[in-house]
Order: sequence, then structure tokens, then C-alpha cells
Amino acid sequence: MDNNLRREIILDNYQNPDNRGLIEDDSYLKVNTNSESCIDNLDFMMKIEDGVVKDIRFDGEACAISTSASSIMTRSLIGKKVEEVREILVNYQNMINEKDYDSEVLGELNVYDEICKQPNRKNCALLPSVAVDKMLGELGNEK
Amino acid sequence: MHREDFPMLENDIVYFDNGATTLKSKRVVDSMDKYYLEHTSNIHRGDYDSAVITNELYDGTRDVVSHFINCDSREVIFTSGTTMSINMVVFGFMKYYLTDKDEVLLTKSEHASNILPWIVLAEEIGFKIKYIDLDDNYELTLDNVKKSITDKTKVISIAHVTNVIGDVRDIKSIGEICKKKNIILNVDGAQSVPHMKVDFKDMNIDFLSFSGHKMGGPTGVGVLVGRYELLEKMKPLCYGGGMNNYFEDDNSYELKEIPTRFEAGTPAIAEVIGLRSAILYLEDIGIDNIHKHEMELKKYLVDKLEKIDNITIYNKNSNSGIIAFNVDGVFAQDTSVFLNHYKIAVRAGNHCAKELKDVIGIKNTVRVSMYLYNNKEDIDRLVEALKNNKEIFNVVL
Repeated sequence: MDNNLRREIILDNYQNPDNRGLIEDDSYLKVNTNSESCIDNLDFMMKIEDGVVKDIRFDGEACAISTSASSIMTRSLIGKKVEEVREILVNYQNMINEKDYDSEVLGELNVYDEICKQPNRKNCALLPSVAVDKMLGELGNEK
Repeated sequence: MHREDFPMLENDIVYFDNGATTLKSKRVVDSMDKYYLEHTSNIHRGDYDSAVITNELYDGTRDVVSHFINCDSREVIFTSGTTMSINMVVFGFMKYYLTDKDEVLLTKSEHASNILPWIVLAEEIGFKIKYIDLDDNYELTLDNVKKSITDKTKVISIAHVTNVIGDVRDIKSIGEICKKKNIILNVDGAQSVPHMKVDFKDMNIDFLSFSGHKMGGPTGVGVLVGRYELLEKMKPLCYGGGMNNYFEDDNSYELKEIPTRFEAGTPAIAEVIGLRSAILYLEDIGIDNIHKHEMELKKYLVDKLEKIDNITIYNKNSNSGIIAFNVDGVFAQDTSVFLNHYKIAVRAGNHCAKELKDVIGIKNTVRVSMYLYNNKEDIDRLVEALKNNKEIFNVVL
């Protein structure tokens, strides 16, 4: 991908993120990600109905990478089945961690395919996927 | 000053993260190498030559500390750092001193290590934690200290210099008030002892904590200085070798004298020796010269930063070499990653002062903290980089 295009997409999602802003609704799963390795602090909430992600929202203070990744990630996951979400998360995490991954399932999330060149930003890019992972884990516990 | 003494500076870096930790001079590292390569041995009771050398260096470091901050040598306890020192005060002394009727005064700009131990002990004992108000510059005034004191106030526990705003508290005046009112003054000296003259006796401090690695010394060693009468009432948090006179099968035991009884087990010997070199090095340069140098640099930096349109400085006037700022509309971490591209090391975050956000209304800042080896060229490089701040996202993304 062209570097300028990549930068433009990330910056646009940082400055005008989708799905930003939390709502009062107890039917959502909720998680806070206050990572030990960086200063990003985002809250996430996700609504799952009949095995499908109906909504994900986030809010908080974070850098350009994790804010934009949260915007793109939430947009990519809404409407997907839980199994599809898990597949996207695994492939996304593999991409960030420089392991084999299937770029086909990642769509717009491919803009972070070179973030591994900046090791200190990997956790920023991973933050939304860690958050969704945690919420899916909670879902597992409830069953 | 003395840049040639710090090998890391040969790598063409600008190091402005001295509030977190400082660079090490060759003299400090050499003294530790010498211990490891020429006279490795444990302290206490060694009869062979290398052990005698080590013992003299280790115990002699108490005299070096005592000269540096004006306390008695027997009031100097070696710890793993400021955090451990404050925890020893809270859980070794305050736990037996405070009751549920008492009040402890802190401020919201304290480091985590001077708030969290108090919160945990308060949970156990039930005393009340109160925060002394800060003024419009987020600084602590003597008036506000006086206003916060009630008949129930037993302790004031504050940093001498705070690690985000860098304001210098008037410890001597606060110490006088505390002495009159029988309040114990616990001072976190992590950001002051390395940078300015701290006089334990003259300032009427009861407990003083600081870390070696923030003053050019090694990590893993710090100091707790306590007024001797108080140390007599303090209990060790650790028990074991090196700190007892005897123990018997009828469960009787006797602990060693102060301060040895607070240093159970083999201590960080190499690190204490490194700390000794670090303090002697600072004394050679003169602590007042270091403070003066940092203040000149701070003024130089603030003057230049103020000329850049979209930068907000949070602590222009504080009397230390710490500057907290943000580029408007840019998250602090993005700014610090941007500066790293110019090989400039700064810190982004809340700097462990998590309650300060309630006061300044902003959680994260970029912090520049200076030390003796910084110079105007370092600042020029930072300012030139920040002038390009419109390019931040082109650089970091």
C-alpha cells in the first residue's frame, strides 16, 4: 500500500473516529484497556445478539495509532458473526506480531501491516483487538 | 557540564528523561566494576582483605550520605529505592503510630508511591487521607498547608519537588510548622535530592526518601533517612540474616542496632558502592551549581517554547528543571514518538501522578526533565524539532 494513502486513512480515523462515545446500556459487554506498556486508556463496549456483533463503541484518551485502529476495528467487526470476529482478531494479531496471516480477511485493517517496523507502537495497534478479545472471553464465561 | 563523563552521550542523543532515570558517569560504573572484578565479597564479618575493603566502602557510604544531606550516619538506611523507603515508613512506622482518629495530609500531585501505600494502610486502620489544595499553578502554598491542618493531623507526606509540575515545596517552613504542632513530616526527595541542596536537619524533616538512579547512581538502591528517635520505634519489614544478634529455640531473639536491623539479607552492595561514587561526583561539581545550571536551561527552553504557537506549557514558573507541555491537539505519546525520530528522549504520560488529572484537567503531558549534562544545544535541537510539529503525523504514521 502507498505510504501516503496509509497515512491518510490512519489520520482520518484518528481525527474523525467512528463509533467513538459510550452509551448507558447494561446489555453491552464492557472492558477498559489501560495497558502497562503505554499510556493509552480506552473503554470499549460491545453488544452481541444471536452470535452477531450488533455494535461496538469506544472512548478515552489514546494516541493516533490506537485511536485510529479502534475506529477501523470497530467498523470492521460490526455485523460480523462471533466466529468471523475471532478469525479477524487472530489474523490481525499475527500481522502485527510479524507471523503468517491471511490479509484477505483483514480488509481496511491492512493499513497497519507495517507497524511492526516501529516495535514501540505494536501495543498501540493491538489495543482494540485485545479489548475485543477480553470481551469475547467474558462472553465465554457467561455461558 | 561534564558531558565527557557520560559515555551514553557519545551516541549523539539528547536525553531529557532525567525525572525517570539519569545517565551514569564512567566513574560510577567503574566503581561498581571494581567491586565485581577486584574485591567481590559479602559485607559483615569478613576477615579477608577484599571483604575488609567492601565493608569499608559499604558502611562508609553512610558517612557520604550523612555529609551530603546533613543527617547522622546511623540515620541512613539503604533500601531498594524511594518506593521501598516510603513503604517502610508507612508499613513499618505509621502502621503502629496512627489510629482511626487521625488524619494524614497529602497532595494530588504526589507520585503513586506516596499515595497508594497510604490508601492501603488507611483501609486497614481507618485514618483519614486529606489532600491539601494546590493553587492556580498547581503548586503547594504555605497558606494552604496551614489551612489543611487540624487537631487530628498527625502526618504530612509530600514530595519536595513534584515529578510532573516540578514545583519546589518550602520544606523548611513546612517542617517548622510540623515541629510546632507535633506532626511528622515525611518527604519524598526523589526529584529534589539529585538536583538541589536538601538539608535533613535544617529543614526539620522526619523521614526523607530518595533513589540512587535518579542522581547518576545505579538502579536498585535508594536511601531512607529517619530521625533516630523515630527509627527506634520503626519495625523492619524484612527479617533474616545480617539484622539479628541472636535467636533461640524458645523463640527469643534480639535484633541488631539501627540502621542494620532494617537491612536484612545481602544488600545491593555494588549498587551502594555506585551510589557512593554518584554522591561524591555530585559533591565535586557542587549541588548548587547543578541547580543553577538547570534553572538557566529551563528559562532558555521556556523562552523558546513560548514562541512556538501551538504549544501549551503547564509549569512555566516552577523552580526546577522539569517542563510539562503538550502540542495542542496531539496526544503526548505521539509527540514523544515524534521526538524520538530526532533522537530526543522525553517522557509522555501521567508520570505516575494519577490524581493530578483532577487538578489540571488533562491526564497526559510530555515531560522534559533536565540534569547537569544537558546544554543549550540539546534545547535548540528540541525546539527545532518542535517547530516542525505540523509534521508530527507524517513522521509518526
